[in-house]
Amino acid sequence: MPADYVDWLRREGRIVIVGASLAGLRAAETLRAEGFAGELTLIGDEPYEPYDRPPLSKSVLLGKASAHRTELPHRREIDAKWRLGVAASGLDLMANRVRLADGDEVEYDRLLIATGVRARPWPKPEEARLDGVCVLRTRDDAAGLYQRLKAGPRRAFVIGAGFAGSEVASACREMGLPVTVAERAGAPLAGALGGVIGAVAADLQTENGVDLRTHVMVTALEGDPVGRVRAVHLSDESVVEADVVVVSLGSQRNTDWLAGSGLGAGPRGIACDAGCRAFDFRGIVTDDVFVAGDVARSPHALFGYQFLSLEHWGNAVAQAETAAHNMICHGAERRPHLWMPAFWSSMFGVNIKSVGVPPMGDQLMITQGSLAERRFAGVYGHQGRIVAAVTFDNTRWLEFYQRQIERGAPFPVEFATVDRRPEGRPMDADFPDPSLPTHGPMVTLSGYSPADQQLVFHPARH
Amino acid sequence: MTQASLFRQITDFANRANPYPLYAELRKTPVLHEEEDGPYVISSYWDIEALLHDPRISSDAANLAAAGTDALAQAEETGGLPPSFIRLDPPEHDRLRRIANQGFGPPHRPRRIENMRGELGPIVNGLFDGLADKRQFDLVDEFAYPFPVTVICRLLGVPRDDEPKFRAWVDPLVASLDPDTRENPDADFVKAAQEARMQLGMYLAGLVEERAKEPREDLLSDLVNSEGPDGSMTMMEVLSTAVLLLIAGHETTVNLITNGMLTLLRHPEVLERLRGDPGLSVRIVEELLRYEPPVQIVPQRTCIADIEVRGVTIPKGARIWLMLAAGNRDPERFTDPERFDPDRGDIQHLGFGSGIHSCFGAPLARLETQIALSELARRLENPRLVEDPPPYRPNAVLRGPRHLEIAFDGLR
Amino acid sequence: MRLVVDLNKCQGYAQCAFLAPDVFAMHGEESLVYNPHAPEEQRERLARAVAACPVQAITADGLDGTGEQGTGSAQEAHDAR
Repeated sequence: MPADYVDWLRREGRIVIVGASLAGLRAAETLRAEGFAGELTLIGDEPYEPYDRPPLSKSVLLGKASAHRTELPHRREIDAKWRLGVAASGLDLMANRVRLADGDEVEYDRLLIATGVRARPWPKPEEARLDGVCVLRTRDDAAGLYQRLKAGPRRAFVIGAGFAGSEVASACREMGLPVTVAERAGAPLAGALGGVIGAVAADLQTENGVDLRTHVMVTALEGDPVGRVRAVHLSDESVVEADVVVVSLGSQRNTDWLAGSGLGAGPRGIACDAGCRAFDFRGIVTDDVFVAGDVARSPHALFGYQFLSLEHWGNAVAQAETAAHNMICHGAERRPHLWMPAFWSSMFGVNIKSVGVPPMGDQLMITQGSLAERRFAGVYGHQGRIVAAVTFDNTRWLEFYQRQIERGAPFPVEFATVDRRPEGRPMDADFPDPSLPTHGPMVTLSGYSPADQQLVFHPARH
Repeated sequence: MTQASLFRQITDFANRANPYPLYAELRKTPVLHEEEDGPYVISSYWDIEALLHDPRISSDAANLAAAGTDALAQAEETGGLPPSFIRLDPPEHDRLRRIANQGFGPPHRPRRIENMRGELGPIVNGLFDGLADKRQFDLVDEFAYPFPVTVICRLLGVPRDDEPKFRAWVDPLVASLDPDTRENPDADFVKAAQEARMQLGMYLAGLVEERAKEPREDLLSDLVNSEGPDGSMTMMEVLSTAVLLLIAGHETTVNLITNGMLTLLRHPEVLERLRGDPGLSVRIVEELLRYEPPVQIVPQRTCIADIEVRGVTIPKGARIWLMLAAGNRDPERFTDPERFDPDRGDIQHLGFGSGIHSCFGAPLARLETQIALSELARRLENPRLVEDPPPYRPNAVLRGPRHLEIAFDGLR
Repeated sequence: MRLVVDLNKCQGYAQCAFLAPDVFAMHGEESLVYNPHAPEEQRERLARAVAACPVQAITADGLDGTGEQGTGSAQEAHDAR
């Protein structure tokens, strides 16, 4: 491609961003900040301008914020054409056109796909339609759920004890509501942090009055004659009466609209190179289609160049910035997306943070503090290296462990640290069998194949 | 070498008025170790930042004493009171700090500091009343010292009238924090510091007993009556904590305000902007915390493992000095670091430290200094420095002018 | 005013919760909850919180610490003593 194409693109090209949430907005801002003067279009399926999602399961459910007022502040003017409330329905790679659900078409010179994920619905549609069965992903979901919880149901039932489900349970207890949580694995958060940390999360839940049921699956949701959910049936044959059911089974990548487009898109996301350029299904990298945020899978040098899928707020921001930069610069100025995976959650007043890829670790070592006190820092090891760290109410130490991961520091940790306890010996991190899908691990190592045809997620087999 | 070693120059009083050229020299050797038993001196921003978050670094007074040449640390132990949380590691540090925080800030007392805002204005006005007939005053003695002392007394619940009494105890204690005196403490000096700490502790013990019987709306009452998952403090822990807060509340904000006004008088265009726009004080204070931080050095840390910094191995057991004020002017971190510029977007300074020991009283110090500086700018007509540089106190850690004479044409 | 906190950066120093307690609150010792839509009358307190954040994690409309948008915090905040 001639160098002057980039100059032309920067001056008067057309860039289309599909996905008008955190990644889409930050990409648009970066494009303008780096001098893109052409036409910019943002397409979003929700009728709202970009809003922040983490507060929906925290501040909003705690009554500290309105679900309708979490719009993201803009870092700068972006002078964009907004196409909100209309989903993209198809992509024509040959003609450089995005098709919209309303039949319209938008042409682009460069395209950024940041369509993110959606909540995985309850797999039985007739049960999912029962009044009182909710998911939590969008602001409308949050507004609806908050109203239902505020109305004082007899009991709320949360299916899936990943981070989102646990945060909902925490909010329920804060509101004084009886709540039952069902988890297929042996403990909450086990898929993301392993069974040892999961046991701490389990204690946290039960001590805060959550009726926690592990090693069980929900087999059916039962409605009353007027179509309201009335009870939840479990695989251990028990039945729990509940009038709000929150389905928290993780998420699905919004890639359906790309079916047949020729991009390397599938249920695990859209494969892209470290420079955020999408692969086509043959494994050839495209040069005018870029990917960022939850929907992307990209190889990471620190983790053996496996493709990583990250449902992380910080990843969306960082990848959007890198993608935007790479979209409008010459080849030699491109940057790789080498963001260190990091996430946070808070539940029952405890701050949980992590860096790296915990599910990659097979061993865990608590280097500071104590599991029993629920204040600790721990590191995950894999093949003699530190690959991840987690803290419960110990976040000020976390950046130290991040540097250890970046340096490929040896595991187990041999050096002394303050607040080392006798329990601080390496142990099995106790992750569930990786062939069994768990709820929302949020970090997934998804192999080396850009075509992503080997894996299909089955949420529940009854 | 004809010159004293760089390390010796840190405590050399000749560098007190302007230590920054020395700090620039120090940064050329980011890990400086000049004397066999001496500390490793760290002067670059990123290294300091990393070490403040490094769990292989201990603040425990016992580790420090074991590292040697710190007679004073041992002296404190025999001074009758246990070490305060600033000189402890987790879990003891975390437990004591959490309990202290129950009476100070969120989540338990989210509005204690916010609610003091209304009291700060009248205190400042009272100090200006004392200047009404003057055309020259000492900012330290007549404003920057009495203001935070009044505030910390009110917060703790210590009668302001007793201030002269406990000032006599605070002074030798603060002097004992100076690394120069730490290096060469003579017996009398150590004894005086010990004595002062004990006297101050006994004075506070009387107040604490009263509060235990009859709690009031003050921090001492909360300290002594604390309860919760962390349990309560022992009487000795209450006293150590109260001594710490009283001293910290005295000795840091006075320097922040004084260094601040000195800096503004050296940058009259910023002072003039502040006069028209009190909101600018918010950014001025953050830039001051970078440019002239009241705590210049953290000299109380020890390695509990071998640590590699920039290719230098600092052995287990070695002492470390973190040169906060040098890191704050590190050109690897800040553009144009020697320039005082409240408009800089990036002011992520080390002025309050970082990590688990970051300044406990930071929000109060911020509010006090914002109000002090904006009111000084607003009220003083044509303020001028009488002497530049002003005379400094000997302390290299808690660095600040002993006096700051300001001439002015009247009060607005 | 809209605001967002980068909670990856946040280390629970709670300066914002001290300085603007109607917008920010600590939930437990270390985790922060906040209202992403602060009422206009909180502007001055929000400016204090944005500037005081030790890890510069708060982005708010017109109060950005990045300096890109001018000195909004300085010009628009007025001390309400």
